[in-house]
Amino acid sequence: MSAAAAPSVDPAEVERFARMAEAWWDPLGQFRPLHVLNPVRLGYIREQAIARFGLDPKARRVLDGLSLLDIGCGGGLVAEPLARLGAEVTGIDAAERNIAIARAHAAESGVAVQYRAASAEALAAEGRQFDIVLALEIVEHVADLGAFMDAACALVKPGGLIVLATLNRTPKAFALAIVGAEWVLRWLPRGTHDWRKFVRPSELARELRRSGMALSEVRGVTYSPLADRWSLSGDTAVNYMLAATKPAG
Amino acid sequence: MRDGMIESDVLVVGGGLVGLSLGIGLAQGGLDVVVVDREAPASQTLPAFDGRVSAIAHASRQALQALGIWRHLEAAEPILDIRVTDGTSPLFVHYDHREVGAEPFGHMVENRHLRLALQGAVNETPGLRLLAPAAVTVLERRPAAVHARLADGRTVRAALVVGAEGRNSPTREAAGIRTTTWSYGQAGIVCTVGHERPHQGVAQERFLPAGPFAILPMTGSRSSLVWTEREDLAAALLALPEAEFLAELGRRFGDYLGKLEVEGPRWSYPLSFLHAERYIDHRLALAGDAAHGIHPISGQGLNLGLRDVATLVEILVGQARLGLDLGDPLALAAYERWRRVDTFVLGAITDGLNRLFSNDIAPVRLVRDLGLGIVEQLPPLKRVFMRHARGDMGDLPGLLRGEPV
Repeated sequence: MSAAAAPSVDPAEVERFARMAEAWWDPLGQFRPLHVLNPVRLGYIREQAIARFGLDPKARRVLDGLSLLDIGCGGGLVAEPLARLGAEVTGIDAAERNIAIARAHAAESGVAVQYRAASAEALAAEGRQFDIVLALEIVEHVADLGAFMDAACALVKPGGLIVLATLNRTPKAFALAIVGAEWVLRWLPRGTHDWRKFVRPSELARELRRSGMALSEVRGVTYSPLADRWSLSGDTAVNYMLAATKPAG
Repeated sequence: MRDGMIESDVLVVGGGLVGLSLGIGLAQGGLDVVVVDREAPASQTLPAFDGRVSAIAHASRQALQALGIWRHLEAAEPILDIRVTDGTSPLFVHYDHREVGAEPFGHMVENRHLRLALQGAVNETPGLRLLAPAAVTVLERRPAAVHARLADGRTVRAALVVGAEGRNSPTREAAGIRTTTWSYGQAGIVCTVGHERPHQGVAQERFLPAGPFAILPMTGSRSSLVWTEREDLAAALLALPEAEFLAELGRRFGDYLGKLEVEGPRWSYPLSFLHAERYIDHRLALAGDAAHGIHPISGQGLNLGLRDVATLVEILVGQARLGLDLGDPLALAAYERWRRVDTFVLGAITDGLNRLFSNDIAPVRLVRDLGLGIVEQLPPLKRVFMRHARGDMGDLPGLLRGEPV
């Protein structure tokens, strides 16, 4: 099965991101908002992994020995740091060009990450499983949420962890993520997001339950313009992150 | 290591008070650190290397304690009171530490003792390699890493280089970072004075026409003097025979502590102001006097350096815990934003104080006498000044609150 033919991949969306990919690694460039968002996402993943697997928070390579899959890895912004923390990281993206960029960057920075142009469905069909599966800013772009979530959950090992990050379908999210971020601030190219595809936490929770996953936590992610910093909060009306685990055995 | 290549996370150039504190803090946070210094460690602690005494503010002491440096200190004298007077005016401001809490304002520490304490802490910090004497001959800041070639042929690779070599930082100059700088035309004469009666932990700051004259309590019945004079006069004073030098000193010091004697050598340091236009560049950060050298009027120079250290440790250890690049421009920008305002404000205040007080024009005298009287009459304003003296104003990194890395 080729990547582009998988049911959850929307070809128009894939092409749009491929166009943006080259600037991915410039923290002061076009993708600055993603770089500013990165610490809070990594912090949340780290925290959830420590709690789930009983890891030593003081260890430099805190994720040593854990296998991790980053679905929709883009240029590798999340995959590389997590590999530095010791995880055996596989990054997949439906866009070949993103994979090429991610590979080139990993080679330059000397970080070992397995990159592959593939869909979650393709990996799930191969029977691959990981201790940690990430789907960050992905579910609001897929064509078939149910099919995507089936595949993503199948990729989690029994006892493993899945972490998602996405945008809520609320009027506030429309105002901030579409009008604010795309039209006014131009953090993202116009058309990056389609509000109708945003996913409510309850919908995501339902998909997870259907796949036998146990929801551990939903946290809001909010931006403080004065500090130019994102942090975890109780407000899930716009950006939020969610963690769930698969029962062991 | 491969073929003389030393792999590290951070390379600190300059192993002085700021450079070593930074190295210790980063290594405690789990980073691999290389500190390079031109001087052999043993020569830096000889009595002739550095005769100065530093006022360690309360917040700085918390950081030194958290870093495990403080317990290696041979001696430190608490400052319990600060008295500020203007020349011979009877008006003065009296800061009593009990007005802001039970802790002293700070401690007077001899730089030589601080250097010894740092070396003690370096020896028990795994992850920190001190290469000294050694010199960086070529520093290449490449896209993904810094490569530093040393004079002995070895190469150090790091994600970030920190320039902490003091005012004449070659790392800063090679990066083409310009500085705003001027000389005050003044020199600070530094010496230790023994006195008959105990100082009772009182620091005196006197604004004499030539500039500030500070009497800082040291262990025993001794005080350290920082005596500001015009550069040419300072040179002449330094050359005076013992008895005449003591007579000049006594005229300014007064007799409130009884008979005086000068202990050990006299030193003179030119006073100047320096502020780097940027604290950061590609995979580069400046810390301590390499970024900012302020007038020593308020004893804040080293404290500012230690605030740089605490901030860099917090940011870089935070980056490493998330697996992020230590040379990330966003992280470096956060360091600069955090430190720059603080430094510039303090620099401007101390510069202004010096200009205001280094003259003997009658109306200016009247205003400042009233000013000092007003500060004394307004407890809230006074508390703000006092908390600045203790160094615990503003949004503080963990180390300055005494939290271990």
